[in-house]
Amino acid sequence: MSGLMQEMSAKALQLGVPLSVQIDLTYRCNERCVHCYLDHDDHGEMSTAEIKNLLGDLASAGVLFLTLSGGEILLRKDFFEILEYARALAFCVKLKSNAILIRASEAERIRSLSVDSIQVSIYSHRPEVHDAITKVPGSLKRSLDAIRFLKVQGLKVIVADVLMQQNTQDYPSVRALAAELGAEFTLDPTITPKMDGDRSILRLNVRQVALQKVFRDESLIGNVEEFCSLPAKADEEDLEALPCSAGHTACYVSPYGDVYPCVQFPLPSGNVRRTRFVDIWRHSDALKEVRSIRLRDLPTCSGCTHVTGCTRCPGLAYMEGNMRGPSIQDCEKSFARTGIPSANLLSKAAPVQGLVQIQTLSSCGTIS
Amino acid sequence: MSCKLYVERSPRVAARKLGDEVMIMSGLDSTLFTLDEVATIIWEAADGSIPLEEIVDSKICAQFEVERGEALLDATELVQGLAGHGILLLSSEPVIMPNSPRKAGQ
Repeated sequence: MSGLMQEMSAKALQLGVPLSVQIDLTYRCNERCVHCYLDHDDHGEMSTAEIKNLLGDLASAGVLFLTLSGGEILLRKDFFEILEYARALAFCVKLKSNAILIRASEAERIRSLSVDSIQVSIYSHRPEVHDAITKVPGSLKRSLDAIRFLKVQGLKVIVADVLMQQNTQDYPSVRALAAELGAEFTLDPTITPKMDGDRSILRLNVRQVALQKVFRDESLIGNVEEFCSLPAKADEEDLEALPCSAGHTACYVSPYGDVYPCVQFPLPSGNVRRTRFVDIWRHSDALKEVRSIRLRDLPTCSGCTHVTGCTRCPGLAYMEGNMRGPSIQDCEKSFARTGIPSANLLSKAAPVQGLVQIQTLSSCGTIS
Repeated sequence: MSCKLYVERSPRVAARKLGDEVMIMSGLDSTLFTLDEVATIIWEAADGSIPLEEIVDSKICAQFEVERGEALLDATELVQGLAGHGILLLSSEPVIMPNSPRKAGQ
């Protein structure tokens, strides 16, 4: 994050402004990825008018960064109408898509609307692996063709690779492919439990040994010694820190108008069909509770050796049953990185499981 | 200046007011900028229909203790700099605004 961006984020936090919001326009999808956490049936998506109304409210609330995601955003027939409206309200729009519906004309239209970036999921350079994950034959070719159309238009494309057992070995080749296409690359080993709480898809997580290898890939994470070392002991100031930006300067709205702190933190906080977004943002008890939590308030994690270096996700902790609790997936990630078990792992006195997760990696192939 | 200078917010940027500043993301290269209080006043008035000197007279000189010539010089330098980053569009003619929901950064 640039210095100016940090400054703006700090100011947004101080002013209580939701600087970044993700809206999932639909949960419907034309792929059936094996690791997806969504229910793809339509349970009553917001109408075009409802979304436009929401966008107006978000602009008034001070949102600058707007991510439109899904499901597959291009399955909405009104997608370009929504995008055009969002740009007319001067949002910095980022798109997430599998891109298989993007051909030359769609790419040109996206460019004409000055979209900031488009993130496209690519799971392998090998069609037999990628297409087996998406369960759509030919999907790799279509997604790669789309990236080429987008690049011809001069758009910023980010290739997003989700690491799982099916494609553990392939990320270096996907990264090379992204470079060849002129796209950025991001690697995300986080398999998220399904929104209905079903955790069965977590079995797809990469094994500890594979994650250890990723964490020691110098070309990906930079200085291995620094990255894998234990953080300094937490002091009082460290423990006053916020767990993450969810609910503080970031927020999520589902296709049905449900507001959560983050797409990965499905804590019901209100619904924009009943209450204006800004009122939910300011007055929701759920969001107020999220905002009240500091690292010192986490009963297990505050005393953990990893507390200042851990990428603990409060959403994953919430999905484990306690938003103030540890997230076992992040404990295992800290273990894979440093070889030192977390307080949570020690308290459970259980051997480290074969399943691990790490959180979102930043673009340019480095781990944030 | 011998001719009038009209300034218009570029439709290619993303912008939002944060407190008394405006954050602007350039559509050219995704560079983030912030405008201070005075620059924000010019940005907000830059709808392409009012000459810069009128903006300076009515919005800057009216609010701040500043000499008109100096204010106009500073404002001209500012808008030229922003135009260089693709944030503002400059013209010697007023821009006819189409009907649109644009509320860039306001």
